[in-house]
Amino acid sequence: MWVGWGLVGPSLLLFALVYLYPIVYSVWVSVYDWDLATPARWAGLRNYRELWSPEFREVIGNTVGYSVGVVVLSQALGLVLALALNDRTRLSALFQASVFSSYVVSWVAVSLLWVWLLDPQYGLVAYLLSLVRLPAVNWLGDHRIALVTLVLVTVWKTVGYPLVIYLAGLQAIPGDLYEAAALDGAGDWQRFRHVTWPLLTPTTLFLLITLTIASFQGFDIVRIMTQGGPVTATMIYVYYIYEQAFQYFKLGKASAAVVVFFALIIALTLAQWLLFRRRLEYTA
Amino acid sequence: MASVPAAPRVHRVTRGHRLVRGLTLVALAVVAAIEVGPYIWMLSTSLKDLPAVTQFPPSLLPRPPRWDNYAKAWQSGPFLRYAVNNVIQTVGILVLQLGFGCLAAYGFSKVRFPGRDAMFLVVIACLIVPPQVRFVPLYMLFSKLGLLNTYASLIVPYAVSALGTFLIREAFMQISDDILDAARVDGAGLFTLIFRIMVPIARPAIVAFSLFSVVYHWNDFFWPLVMTTNDAVRTLPIGVAMLREEGTGARWHIIMAGSMFVVVPVLAVFAVAQRHIIRAFTFTSLK
Repeated sequence: MWVGWGLVGPSLLLFALVYLYPIVYSVWVSVYDWDLATPARWAGLRNYRELWSPEFREVIGNTVGYSVGVVVLSQALGLVLALALNDRTRLSALFQASVFSSYVVSWVAVSLLWVWLLDPQYGLVAYLLSLVRLPAVNWLGDHRIALVTLVLVTVWKTVGYPLVIYLAGLQAIPGDLYEAAALDGAGDWQRFRHVTWPLLTPTTLFLLITLTIASFQGFDIVRIMTQGGPVTATMIYVYYIYEQAFQYFKLGKASAAVVVFFALIIALTLAQWLLFRRRLEYTA
Repeated sequence: MASVPAAPRVHRVTRGHRLVRGLTLVALAVVAAIEVGPYIWMLSTSLKDLPAVTQFPPSLLPRPPRWDNYAKAWQSGPFLRYAVNNVIQTVGILVLQLGFGCLAAYGFSKVRFPGRDAMFLVVIACLIVPPQVRFVPLYMLFSKLGLLNTYASLIVPYAVSALGTFLIREAFMQISDDILDAARVDGAGLFTLIFRIMVPIARPAIVAFSLFSVVYHWNDFFWPLVMTTNDAVRTLPIGVAMLREEGTGARWHIIMAGSMFVVVPVLAVFAVAQRHIIRAFTFTSLK
């Protein structure tokens, strides 16, 4: 018995310190007004009520917009690419490598690269658009477009992930199902509609939830590309927490936002867990 | 009779099929170009001089290539320091994660003791706590302890990994107790059992997790940004991001050259261990 505790004990202590303590501490700080400089004052639930301000609702709107955009686009594109690659083994490996490489490259480098590519004056994209006589777009400076731009860059960087997961899902579908469908006279679309898509449902749901959680955590791209602007057009959740804590030193409000954020992650994880009581054999 | 009209139909299908296949190939090529092209542009920009960077229309080939941009970028901040710090951070985290992870995984898989399963649930619960939930309180904690701007503030918060512990435990559980018994009979102690017997057998899982961890922390921008304000402990992603804040005007050739410092090591590892990395990133997240 002491061997067992001796082995897991050090880990457990560290988990308690760097994972569990932060949650308890956030809940505690979230009911205080605290700016680091003066002593904390009791605030009750005011920090949470303040979260329901128009400003914060805009943050929620931006975050949901960003997440939905990223999840839907990268999943749809990942699926289409996976279908196109499915029966082309050699090409598939090369293609996967070229698309997936962006997934492991630093967000900082990718964000800087796209700021440069989208530069309104000297950027490559402006040049390419001028070649086909399309009007210039102020990708990062126009408040109606900036969030869309962040979505597109994120999809560009991360689409390799749904692609690879969908390919694994496709390869797990038994070939004889397609043969049976073909014998029944099913065309391409019908085979997709009645064989591929239903059998990919676990993969789709898995991606839906993991990509949603991942996109909720977006920060680097905003920090580098827009700093939340123009004005607050790209202020998304984690960037908002960061600003409240480290720019305005509103620790109570930032902590309340952290608590709500964690609650959302728990909700999404529970949804995932309920959907996946039966393990994901298809993609593993 | 029936076979006569059927023949041209089959023919038409295959021809249409070939057309569809050709179009998908073109579409795939376009996507691949969009995915890879920007990196070529990054490389090209990193070798241009300022007039070429601000030239419109732009040219693809830098003439002559200005390799000294890399030296300029390297010297525009303490980049050697950043690189060393990045390695210390990444390796430090990995060593601790694997050390704690293997010990705990052995305890959770091969030793029976009361409370074990409840404690393992605690580890599983930590799986869903992202850094974005931990950074504010841990910043306060490290600030109170006077440990901001130290390697400890970069490494300790990641010293244990719920994912790593979980994956190594899964791999250990596959190993039959007979092997352990045989080793015990040969007089192997606990640490020999874990690090000489279990770890080599569980190598695929450990390698996959290690690749994941190394790439993640090498690239990590968020945590060092929160914990450090001092160049003595800052890492490459921070240094690269700061290239843009320094100096004036369009120094994109310098910024792109600097970005390479953080990008090239990862892409080099990716080029060598591509299949392992893809598996690492998909396998680690599927569990």
